Amino acid sequence: MNALFAENLVGPSISWLGISPLLVLLGGVCVLLLLGSIAPRWPKGSYCVFTVVVSLATAVAAMLQWHDVTKNGPKMLIADAVALDHFALLATITIAVSIALVSLITDDYLRREDYDGPEVYALYLTAAIGGVVMASSNDLIVLFLGLETLSLSLYLLAASHRKRAESQEAGLKYFVLGGFSSAFFLYGIALTYGSTGSTNLSKIASALSGDSPFSQIDAMLLVGIGLMLVGLAFKVSAVPFHVWTPDVYEGAPSPVTAFMASAGKIASFAALLRVLVVAFPTRIDDWRPAIWVLAVLTLLAGSILAVVQTNVKRMLAFSSISHAGFLLVGVEAAGHVGDKDALAAVLTYLLLYAVLVIGSFAVVTVVAGKGDSQTTLDDFRGLGKRRPAMALALTVFLLAQAGMPATSGFIAKFGVIKAAAEVQSYSIAIIAMLAAVIAAFLYLRIMVSVWLADSTDDTKLAIPTGAGIAITLAAIFTIVVGVYPGWLLDATRMVSHLATIAVQAVDPASQTPAG
Amino acid sequence: MNLAVIEPTTSWYLVLAAVLFGIGTVGVMVRRNPLVMFMCIELMLNAVNLSFVALSASLSDINGQTAVFFVLVVAAAEVVVGLGIIVSIMRRRSDATADDLSVLKG
Repeated sequence: MNALFAENLVGPSISWLGISPLLVLLGGVCVLLLLGSIAPRWPKGSYCVFTVVVSLATAVAAMLQWHDVTKNGPKMLIADAVALDHFALLATITIAVSIALVSLITDDYLRREDYDGPEVYALYLTAAIGGVVMASSNDLIVLFLGLETLSLSLYLLAASHRKRAESQEAGLKYFVLGGFSSAFFLYGIALTYGSTGSTNLSKIASALSGDSPFSQIDAMLLVGIGLMLVGLAFKVSAVPFHVWTPDVYEGAPSPVTAFMASAGKIASFAALLRVLVVAFPTRIDDWRPAIWVLAVLTLLAGSILAVVQTNVKRMLAFSSISHAGFLLVGVEAAGHVGDKDALAAVLTYLLLYAVLVIGSFAVVTVVAGKGDSQTTLDDFRGLGKRRPAMALALTVFLLAQAGMPATSGFIAKFGVIKAAAEVQSYSIAIIAMLAAVIAAFLYLRIMVSVWLADSTDDTKLAIPTGAGIAITLAAIFTIVVGVYPGWLLDATRMVSHLATIAVQAVDPASQTPAG
Repeated sequence: MNLAVIEPTTSWYLVLAAVLFGIGTVGVMVRRNPLVMFMCIELMLNAVNLSFVALSASLSDINGQTAVFFVLVVAAAEVVVGLGIIVSIMRRRSDATADDLSVLKG
């Protein structure tokens, strides 16, 4: 009986090279944790350098795969569960760059708050593994596992500052609400499975296309899509599922907030696009109105609620909600038939926004001081006099987030609004532009406080090396992309479609292993 | 009418799962103790498991049942992380209800 079972059990063939970015990250985590526990005291800053090296190696591995995909076309790995295409690889590169920048900020932060160690870096890397899996998954169960790997790491990261009550509170709130939304997402998967007979995105798409028995209108499927949307809308903090965002962003350690707002958002939006565009192209008329409503609510609420805030971390949280609204405009455009640019526009937006938000939170981390507590608008008063260079960098980041021309933020916003206009979604494009104007008020308030108000505290702020490098790199990137966007747009334009496979409707009785 | 001849169908299980999921959802929203909220999330996950198994049986497809194993693993990992966070909060204060955690608002 056992021998018979072993004979029939054929594992899928695995292209190890195709998943090399994941393997690099996984190896990095193992080495970091193992050496971290064998040798408890590493030289100052070496955890950070190690993490930066691992993330850059991941980016290089992803770029090598990028060339391979350009030459040989996208493909499916591990029994069609993981897709290797430009979309997944660009998301991987963006996540890798985010970890590198965030690690630079984290280095000094951990020593300042007196909890230096490998744990936070290891959690960054495990979160990145989850994020990469989400961005490249072609199966709902794989996507769910990636989502949980990312989320569980983020819950721990949010609660990682053990001496700060706010951090613990943020961790618990994020955990309870995150688990709640994961359950909704999972129920959505179960119902979708029940109404299509598969959890594979490509197979779901073919089960729902014209001539298959599953293609008729099905209440269970609609509820399933709806529940999955709720789960993912929570993860991307779309209104009305955004209530956790301000609390968690404020309470979590500042570098961790930067990480959530960059890597977390990239992975969640990539997953949202994969589910909607690959699995439900035949149900566009069902999900596009839902995305439309979410986008409009998110744009307006994110911009308007930000106006009354007085804590800079909360303000940036609402700004990240309003950015999620812009990204949803891109997702809505990606749903239209024949749209070519929306996927590239959304990913470009995510890349540019990741750099901006990490830069902004790097400045917040430095200003917050010991205890990570000085984050009110008053604490930013007179920053222009205390630290002109850093204040200038913060101004660049804020102007870019407001969508000022000649910064990367303009390229990002222009991309998604153009994608929406190209598919005749004029109303949502106009709402997005209005929301950008309202949101600009929030960034101006911070800038006024930084440049025009007098400081209550004239001590010179020390800028640590790591954060200094991260801020400088992010500011240079913001300006360079803003002025010369051509090279980046040429590269991201290759992300024109998501890999999928043609599946003929299979008869359950005569199923053969795919691949 | 003989009760023994009533065969439970797939929809019975699906309805039961939906009811359990609903109880879990309401529980997370109305209860204030993080541990109980946490148990309600587990109830929701297990309701999903029940639907997976029921659907898997009705489709005669094994994939739904393997999905349950993945969900079980994830639920176990969530317990570890969640209890870790709750323990580290308990160390700072003796009792933990969600209403006590109210430093963050705005």
